[in-house]
Amino acid sequence: MAGLERLLQFVVSEVFLFYVFSLVAVASALGVVLQRNPIRSAFSLIVTLCSLSAIYGLLGSPFIAALQVIVYAGAIMVLFLFVLMLLNVRREEPSGGRATRSAAILLALVLAGQLGVALTGAGVTPAAGFDASTASFARVLFGVRFLYVFEATSILIVAALVGAVLVAKKEL
Amino acid sequence: MTIPLQHALYLSALLFCIGVVGVFLRRNVITVFMCIELMLNAVNLAFVAFSRALGSLDGQVLVFFVMTVAAAEAAVGLAIVIALHRHKDSLDLDAFNIMKW
Repeated sequence: MAGLERLLQFVVSEVFLFYVFSLVAVASALGVVLQRNPIRSAFSLIVTLCSLSAIYGLLGSPFIAALQVIVYAGAIMVLFLFVLMLLNVRREEPSGGRATRSAAILLALVLAGQLGVALTGAGVTPAAGFDASTASFARVLFGVRFLYVFEATSILIVAALVGAVLVAKKEL
Repeated sequence: MTIPLQHALYLSALLFCIGVVGVFLRRNVITVFMCIELMLNAVNLAFVAFSRALGSLDGQVLVFFVMTVAAAEAAVGLAIVIALHRHKDSLDLDAFNIMKW
């Protein structure tokens, strides 16, 4: 009975949920890469983004988790799907030769190995208290250090808007 | 029991590598673009994990800025894709080789 209780406690613990969502994120990320149909890739990417949002929540950042769903899964992916459906994309042909493909996978494996070795040494003593509520996040964001950077991003977004219209329009 | 920092970083590295494979393997411009978004998200995850481990909110502010830049990048990039499609009537990366030598 005690064992069952401990099992139940583990199943709802944040560590277990972290591994579940990690698995979902990796599987759907592989789906993004391996699907031939771009629309299916886009839907796989939405699943990845949503499970990453859950992981942000588990890591104690509720505001970033909400932003992830609203901005990424909501706005950016809708833009992607909109363009995909606008351009009526067909299935793509298998890429390159066997040599190109195996070279790509080999390079990625080398990168993964390097990252793995580098990260094994990354030890940080965990901080005790951590308040990541939206209020304290806003205090940092609108504090002295990041206020001007924040205002600069609005200029960036206006520039991107104008640029997007300029590039996509047939004739001005 | 909390989530180990190491494991969050491994997940981040794995997602980044999957994104890299996608950029190498896919030939559709939009799919390559989606793989780049995947890599940006992997980096965001590392930021959030470090932010939690160090007990500082600076990492989360950086994630906020990465998201802003990603939104701007997606808008401009997809506009370029539409312009390219109008010009060449294709989304295959092999068709866009005018700047290759």
